[in-house]
Amino acid sequence: MDNLPDLMDNVSFNMASRAGDRLMKLTFFHMQGYRDLPEDFSKRYASVWVNPPNDELCDPVRVGQYLRWNLQELHYAAELGYDGVGTNEHHQNAYGFPMPSLTAYHLAATTEDVAIVLLGQTLPMNHPLRVAEEMAQIDALSGGRLVAGWPVGTTMDVNHCYGVIPSQTRSRFMEAHDLIKAAWTRPGPFIWNGKYHKLRNVNPWPKPIQKPHPPIWLAGGGSMETWELAAKNNYVYPFLSFNGHLAGRAIMQQFWDCNEAAGNDANPYRAGFAQIVVVAETDQDAEKLYASHISNFYRKTLHIPPYFSGSPGYSSKRSMVNAMNKFQEPTAFSTVPTMVDWKEAIESGKVIGGSPETVRQRMEEAAKTLRVGHFVLLMQLQSMPHDLTLYNIRMFAENVMPHIRHLWDDKWSATGYWPSGARTPKVAAVARPVLSGVA
Amino acid sequence: MILNDPESRKVSLASGLSADVLVKGRGAPLLFLHPAQGRVWSPFLDSLAQTHTVYVPLTPGADEPDELMSFDAFSDLALFYDDLLRALSVDDAVVIGHAFGGMAAAEFAAHCPDRVSALILIGAMGLWFDEMPVADVHTTHPTELAGLLFTDPDSEAARSVLQKPTPQDRLAYQLVMGASCHFYWPVPDRDLKRRLYRITAPTLLIWGDADRVVPPAYADAFARGIREARKVLVHGAGHFPHLERSAEVIGSITSFLGESVPEFAAAR
Repeated sequence: MDNLPDLMDNVSFNMASRAGDRLMKLTFFHMQGYRDLPEDFSKRYASVWVNPPNDELCDPVRVGQYLRWNLQELHYAAELGYDGVGTNEHHQNAYGFPMPSLTAYHLAATTEDVAIVLLGQTLPMNHPLRVAEEMAQIDALSGGRLVAGWPVGTTMDVNHCYGVIPSQTRSRFMEAHDLIKAAWTRPGPFIWNGKYHKLRNVNPWPKPIQKPHPPIWLAGGGSMETWELAAKNNYVYPFLSFNGHLAGRAIMQQFWDCNEAAGNDANPYRAGFAQIVVVAETDQDAEKLYASHISNFYRKTLHIPPYFSGSPGYSSKRSMVNAMNKFQEPTAFSTVPTMVDWKEAIESGKVIGGSPETVRQRMEEAAKTLRVGHFVLLMQLQSMPHDLTLYNIRMFAENVMPHIRHLWDDKWSATGYWPSGARTPKVAAVARPVLSGVA
Repeated sequence: MILNDPESRKVSLASGLSADVLVKGRGAPLLFLHPAQGRVWSPFLDSLAQTHTVYVPLTPGADEPDELMSFDAFSDLALFYDDLLRALSVDDAVVIGHAFGGMAAAEFAAHCPDRVSALILIGAMGLWFDEMPVADVHTTHPTELAGLLFTDPDSEAARSVLQKPTPQDRLAYQLVMGASCHFYWPVPDRDLKRRLYRITAPTLLIWGDADRVVPPAYADAFARGIREARKVLVHGAGHFPHLERSAEVIGSITSFLGESVPEFAAAR
């Protein structure tokens, strides 16, 4: 039912869902960060993650306001025709909030066409059956619009916040992966005798609408095991870093090498890339509007000490040897700089920002050089106010999106890598938020 | 001098696993279990090797992390050391453990009491009091680590443990810490307290009186739980008293073994 033969691509081009199949997939992705950290945050506190004291820094009333804004921003993106809206899972930090499936459930209930890109739950620290059930429930509610993101998780979340033994992170991930996939594809009930989970009756109600299962994305850093798993199973690998598209080339090249070794095609819809994108009328306007928020983001949100990011046992020996050969260090996570001004951000590619024309060119260049069919667009950076975020979402939707959509539609299909129930959203007539300070 | 280097042996165990063991000296067998910071051969071990055959196994998984899949708990680690002694044709041994190695040594002595002729715990982890948490060396800033572990962070002892000049050294350091954490992350309490009664070996507790990782009050807790235990506080030493005050600690060990282990007294 789901695995429609390729000829369907030709005969049903007039159906919205099939026409959309070949279009570049643009997902507005909300990191849901804490917007008001003190100016001297990185001087006063050792880390943005794990142990920044909650009573000193995290006001639940403000969080309530942020969560409302976040949902409004996600809805606005859906109304403006983004292909996907999504969020992620992080814990005990100012960088993002912990329960993405709650956000996804709300979006599933209140949107029609857009894909719900749920990059979490983090498999090693959640009960796999619970993940299977929650995701299936969201897929059912959304009518088959779920992207099931299965991150291994950062060491801060998995090992430091949730106490999973670092050396068991990968094996717990793999067992959860196998169990969820079995729960979604095998008829229930069946017996599961794993190392970490022993179950007499695996029998989730419901299973997902999408068959054999929703497209699976492995939200990844740079670990070799993740590339191989994606290549072996035809999962999407969206590379998530904050170093931008230029620095991402080396990693994506290794991912594509992995696919070649596995005998896979070079379908760009196998790959995604998370990229910070900010758009304004002109390059100068963009700098004026966004520069302070970008530097704020790098200075505070990525303020993570190496002893949190390089937990012993988290990375496999292979990945550490690989990192050592490239960077002279076995743990490479802590290479994101924390002082980034506008010029540096643009030149290094960390940020694609400027006028619509500038952003169009850079996006095309990034998509082609990285060979990605999915962009995970990071367009709200913590301190960015609500109205500026809406402005950014709209500027991109109206002035950039239409021009980069057709980048891959000569040849490649996203079937299997994008939810079968999602349709290229019709652009609704939406109110244009007034942005103070912008002509 | 090359003749003085310990011999490196790969010992095949009945389980199918193998142990990477440094061996040196002559005399009654002595097993030394190293801390999370790794296996560093030291003048302290040379001194022990003058009266004993010293075996220093590398923590399993510290070279190949995949091996850790065979270890779910300290009971597996205790069986690993039991298998190792069997493979070495050793009936029982003096067992010394430091920090994480001390936790492993105490667990081994509790699981396999007949294998341990005398037990020496140096700054051992394994017990836990909420009001006096064991320090987390893995989330200590690298520039503060030497000061946490040693009373003199610039000492030769500190350098011998913490200096990792090459990427290969740093990789090995990550691996051995990862293997150690496998057994005690994130709170080094696996209910050893419940098993202390099983330790029958005469026990010596050696603690730096300035140990800031496992405060000396833990020595008293071990002393309360172990049938036949005595405590030696090393004045002015931190978490590595046997490296910081080597001669003094060797003296304490020698007199303890002389009194506690009849064969040792006879051999001298």
